[in-house]
Amino acid sequence: MARSSRVREPLWVRLILRTVVVTYLVLLVAWPVALVVLNTFQDGFVHMAEALADPVVQNALRLTAVVAVSAVVINLLFGVTISLLLVRYEFPGKRALSAMIDVPLSVSPVVVGLALLLVYGSRTGWFGPALADAGIQMVFATPAMVMATAFVALPLVIREVVPVLEEVGDEQEQAARSLGAGGAQTFWRITLPSIKWAVVYGVVLSLARSLGEFGAVKVVSGNIVGRTQTATLVVEQKYQNFEQTTAYSVAFLLAFASVVCIVVVSILRPKEES
Amino acid sequence: MSIEVRNVDKRFGDFVALDDVSVSIPTGQLTALLGPSGGGKSTLLRIIAGLENADDGTIEIEGVEATHLPPQKRNVGFVFQHYAAFKHMNVAKNVAFGLEIRKRPKADVERRVDELLRLVHLQQFAHRLPAQLSGGQRQRMALARALAVEPTVLLLDEPFGALDAKVRKELRDWLRRLHDEVHVTTVFVTHDQEEALEVADEIVVINDGRIEQVGTPDQLYDEPANDFVMSFLGDVTRLNGVMIRPHDVDVNSTPVDGAVVGTVTRLLRVGFEVRVTVTAEDGHDVAVVLSRAEARGSGLAEGATVWLTPHRGALTVDARPAAGVSA
Ligand SMILES: Nc1ncnc2c1ncn2[C@@H]1O[C@H](COP(=O)(O)OP(=O)(O)OP(=O)(O)O)[C@@H](O)[C@H]1O
Ligand SMILES: [Mg+2]
Repeated sequence: MARSSRVREPLWVRLILRTVVVTYLVLLVAWPVALVVLNTFQDGFVHMAEALADPVVQNALRLTAVVAVSAVVINLLFGVTISLLLVRYEFPGKRALSAMIDVPLSVSPVVVGLALLLVYGSRTGWFGPALADAGIQMVFATPAMVMATAFVALPLVIREVVPVLEEVGDEQEQAARSLGAGGAQTFWRITLPSIKWAVVYGVVLSLARSLGEFGAVKVVSGNIVGRTQTATLVVEQKYQNFEQTTAYSVAFLLAFASVVCIVVVSILRPKEES
Repeated sequence: MSIEVRNVDKRFGDFVALDDVSVSIPTGQLTALLGPSGGGKSTLLRIIAGLENADDGTIEIEGVEATHLPPQKRNVGFVFQHYAAFKHMNVAKNVAFGLEIRKRPKADVERRVDELLRLVHLQQFAHRLPAQLSGGQRQRMALARALAVEPTVLLLDEPFGALDAKVRKELRDWLRRLHDEVHVTTVFVTHDQEEALEVADEIVVINDGRIEQVGTPDQLYDEPANDFVMSFLGDVTRLNGVMIRPHDVDVNSTPVDGAVVGTVTRLLRVGFEVRVTVTAEDGHDVAVVLSRAEARGSGLAEGATVWLTPHRGALTVDARPAAGVSA
């Protein structure tokens, strides 16, 4: 309807606009990504097989999976809880909390990494020494890497869930209450089913973001080869060590995982509408 | 008395939504909370249901002190204006919700759901999602859902407010019949005086956070406590400084002692009635409603001079805030 009633631009304007947009996307996204794929498979699966046989790569992939999945689980729990707090409850400091949630989007991940070092560093950090004494190694180990990744991906679940919670409103929850459901029953039976797709979408986005995190993880992991290196760190290191084909192969795997995430989301989306 | 509301206050910020409200709602009856928009009807109903907390005052339901009980402990059925259907559950599941929460045996739940769907005439829609129902059907589903848990009181917040005029009328007749069958103490909110007069056993008029009057439809209509109640329960017009119903004004085509003299300035036929506007000599308009037969009999036409008198025994109320009633 909006389309038919709108005055349309002349044909040549539309053609130029289209060309500009397509060129822009090709130069910026499609071509570089295609080159990664081409470079990875220039000799068939040989380089991919080599890369997958490399224990450094194997370890990095495993670590990436552990860190990303842990971060996503944490963000899922906190993301849904914070969304509920923001939409359904009034409390002092709500505006501040709401603003704070966007910080990870605007602050450079490197800054996030440094900030975590300052708090949890085992020699000079605020909590670090105490934790180290208790035998818990935070920095240059998996815990800090999970924290850094969770921090960076924090807003993604919340930004998906909050608008849906607002749109659904709380009448269904009130109806459930008046029918005898307690808080937990209402959440599991009414609230969660109505925000289900937003949660799934947020989780997939967080997963994609977590797999690709580089800056924050590099700072807090110490980038120790074969121990605290995630896939993104391996790509950089292999590339600098003139093992380009391995770098491309790992880069391809990362890109592939992201594409799978996007495909999953776009399959899920239409279901949510109906 | 089934519901006792005592000295309830409710403020939203500086705004006083309910101001020292006390009211008793009788057991087994259909009571209407009637009042203009923003008067505090929903707020009072939600406080009774526990969906909102009173700042002050107490609520008692069937002799149980309920002021601080959470909604799920009050055994109150609540029906919302916009249905609040559980969108992801089919009709049968919606109705079964309260019973499943109460962990009733599966066979019992099925039997009861079936019985209720029959009661609200939705048995053939048991497996549809709420989105596949019309507004009226959704509201009947919501009603069945609320009745399923056998509530001590049933509260309905403008249950038919979102429906068109015809369905609305059908549903309120149906609600009346349903109530005669089920006899659960029912309170429903409406801002439609016709709905209240037609359906309710008892009407509570609320305005500006205060109760203006409580009584049967006849009491309210015949003995309004003040000019607000009088004007809210039906059309009123001013004749000689008093308020009177337009159909209680007699139109004479010949001079009458003490009558208000005026000229017919507008004549409008709407269905079975004729609405006449008479501009009195002092310049203010008087509205009069006649039946078609009466209008034809008196040969009314625009521009004619007429003499207006109150009908014998008609109700009039002084048009001042502190109103005295005379009949
Ligand atoms: N959550 C709230 N926050 C602030 N003000 C509120 C809130 N709920 C109600 N109010 C105010 O309280 C007053 C009474 O509201 P209420 O919903 O009880 O009116 P109502 O009689 O049900 O009106 P309507 O017929 O329009 O539904 C209104 O002026 C409304 O603006
Ligand atoms: Mg209301």
